[in-house]
Amino acid sequence: MSVVKKELFESELLRFITAGSVDDGKSTLIGRLLHDSKSIFEDQLSSITNTTRKRGMEGVDLSLLTDGLQAEREQGITIDVAYRYFATPKRKFIIADTPGHEQYTRNMVTGASTANLAIILVDARNGVLTQSRRHTYLASLVGIPHLVVAVNKMDLVDYSQEVFDRICKDFAAFADELNLHNIEYIPMSALRGDMVVERGDKLAWYQGTTLMDLLENVAIDHDINLNDFRYPVQWVCRPQTEALHDFRGYMGRIESGAVKVGDAVTVLPSGLTSRIKEILLYEGSADDAFAPQSVTLTIEDHLDISRGDLLVKTGETPWVTKEFNAMLCWLSEQALDSKRKYLIKHTTRTVKAIVSGIDYRIDVNTLKQETVDTLNMNDIAQVRLKVQQPLICDDYVRNHATGSFIVIDETSNNTVAAGMISQQIN
Amino acid sequence: MSNHPFTHLDALESEAIHIMREVAAECANPALLFSGGKDSIVLLRLAEKAFRPGRFPFPLVHIDTEHNFPEVIEFRDRRAKQLGERLIVSSMEDSIKKGKVVLRSPTQSRNAFQSVTLLDTIAEYEFDACIGGARRDEEKARAKERIFSFRDEFGQWDPKNQRPELWDIYNTRTHPGENIRVFPISNWTELDVWEYIDREQLEVPKIYFAHLRDVIRRDAGLLPVSHLVQPREEERAEKVMVRFRTVGDMSCTCPVESAAACVEEIIAETAITRITERGATRMDDQTSDASMELRKKEGYF
Ligand SMILES: Nc1nc2c(ncn2[C@@H]2O[C@H](COP(=O)(O)OP(=O)(O)O)[C@@H](O)[C@H]2O)c(=O)[nH]1
Repeated sequence: MSVVKKELFESELLRFITAGSVDDGKSTLIGRLLHDSKSIFEDQLSSITNTTRKRGMEGVDLSLLTDGLQAEREQGITIDVAYRYFATPKRKFIIADTPGHEQYTRNMVTGASTANLAIILVDARNGVLTQSRRHTYLASLVGIPHLVVAVNKMDLVDYSQEVFDRICKDFAAFADELNLHNIEYIPMSALRGDMVVERGDKLAWYQGTTLMDLLENVAIDHDINLNDFRYPVQWVCRPQTEALHDFRGYMGRIESGAVKVGDAVTVLPSGLTSRIKEILLYEGSADDAFAPQSVTLTIEDHLDISRGDLLVKTGETPWVTKEFNAMLCWLSEQALDSKRKYLIKHTTRTVKAIVSGIDYRIDVNTLKQETVDTLNMNDIAQVRLKVQQPLICDDYVRNHATGSFIVIDETSNNTVAAGMISQQIN
Repeated sequence: MSNHPFTHLDALESEAIHIMREVAAECANPALLFSGGKDSIVLLRLAEKAFRPGRFPFPLVHIDTEHNFPEVIEFRDRRAKQLGERLIVSSMEDSIKKGKVVLRSPTQSRNAFQSVTLLDTIAEYEFDACIGGARRDEEKARAKERIFSFRDEFGQWDPKNQRPELWDIYNTRTHPGENIRVFPISNWTELDVWEYIDREQLEVPKIYFAHLRDVIRRDAGLLPVSHLVQPREEERAEKVMVRFRTVGDMSCTCPVESAAACVEEIIAETAITRITERGATRMDDQTSDASMELRKKEGYF
């Protein structure tokens, strides 16, 4: 009994997303992963068996497992991001399930923003289509560290190695254009279960790992930037009790890098410097801490630090800028109005901003740049932004946490766009 | 510290602490919903980790159906006192007296009406954010729930009108009268919760552990006998070794047969269990595939 517990205890967390066109087999694949890893509960299974029967079909439609809300069920479509969970003795998994049609770009970007890995489904009969290119582009835009191409429905092409090799070659040619290299390719049949959790006996020519093997073993500890210490202050703790009269703890999460007691730190945007005095956890104090821990820091000097400030190690300075380029993904049904001020939430800072120019929009199917004068839902574009107070940021490619932001419409309070900073403008 | 592996529980914990601090910093008047159940017990430990040595920047709020298990209420009061934090108890009895809740019978399940009292409490104290212990793995309708889940001025949840949530940058903004439900343990499963309770050595009400109880077998479930639930003519009460997987309204919260007498044994059982938490323990969600979703739209947690 204690053996079970220990194994589960030391597993890591892997977040992944599945991308594919309608009918490539996403739902079947997720259902298969849950089913073969024994993560489907009996009541869920009996409920989807009932539903399958109600719809006049036989057996169990595994794709129903990942079906969402009532309204969508009635319309027979899924239009949003849903999260699924399963665990094996090695790892805990969170799947961001993002089916969808026209809104696909927006859903995929949302699901991808927290993913360590993307599974791109390709129907073996169709090969690499425009949609596969689009999904791959989006995965690379959001900077998902690991990509797996699942060549599905191999059973419908006689499990042919030739077909598989050709698809891999086509895909690699395209991925090269995007500067993507570490891609894994797996032939499979989600429907029959070959190479998902079990190897099956039809793909003996394939020497690589099963999908589950890969998910359990891919190394993800380098997915966050381990070099640059970035600490946005979330909350200043001042208990002002007798015992803790002068206590000032800066609470936050280490977004990247690591920190030790005694490290020289710079507070931005003020530029004042000090040293780390204590690293406090609920359990007691620590000598060092690393991303993504949530901690409380105290410093040697009495400085005026508040929410929105960023602590960095002296010498590892990010940009402090009021004008920059970013890739925007427009999420709202209401188009961008470049005459309006929006709010940008970046780390723990919220500032007013305007879009001062649209450099180009990307056609996600051809990757061609186009000139446009506004942005609509699902558009991806490089824009120039001006902000009222400086942001303290890094290039998104270098650091996701300090390179990402959301755009909020001040009137509706809706989140209307997601942004990735690419360059500061001097 | 650096040799210590960063486990999935560490990752989930850090995420939840980050969420709670965002609420404290950006919402004007938040509250934490504390029922005395295991999920909200975990929330309290996370709040300690997020804010000590300071006090919690929010009160604890319990929506009391007055159909709760006495062990849970005793535990609720004791835990709030231990922590030295303010506890607000809003009683459904008041909503009934005011005529806002009309029950068909005094023993009817009150789960469905909790939303009325909750919305009244939110209005009375002008809370703009309520931190709750719901998890996405609980039920299908929750799988798409945001961590910051926006409610309109009628307290309603519109599945079509939720804000996209990217990275971990949360949009906490509301207009006056609107509010947000915040679920810091969205990404936890039932097993994660028990592992965390074990790791943190958290006390939970005794009814979570196996005990002998008078129950009735009804609709393929076990119903605990109490002043609210008595055997019908054709039924017979029997003593069965059971434990509860959730604690809620006594009239519809069903225990499961189990011999798990400590947290470790519950973990072992949960790791191999074949039925979802809600499927096993809540009569009120079984009526239809979409009943949870309907209740959520009405303002339920
Ligand atoms: N023959 C075969 N059919 C598959 C396979 N995977 C999925 N399908 C079928 O393809 C159809 C679409 O699958 P579904 O999972 O709903 O696709 P989604 O739209 O991507 O979620 C269904 O009829 C599946 O049974 C496979 O590996 N082999």
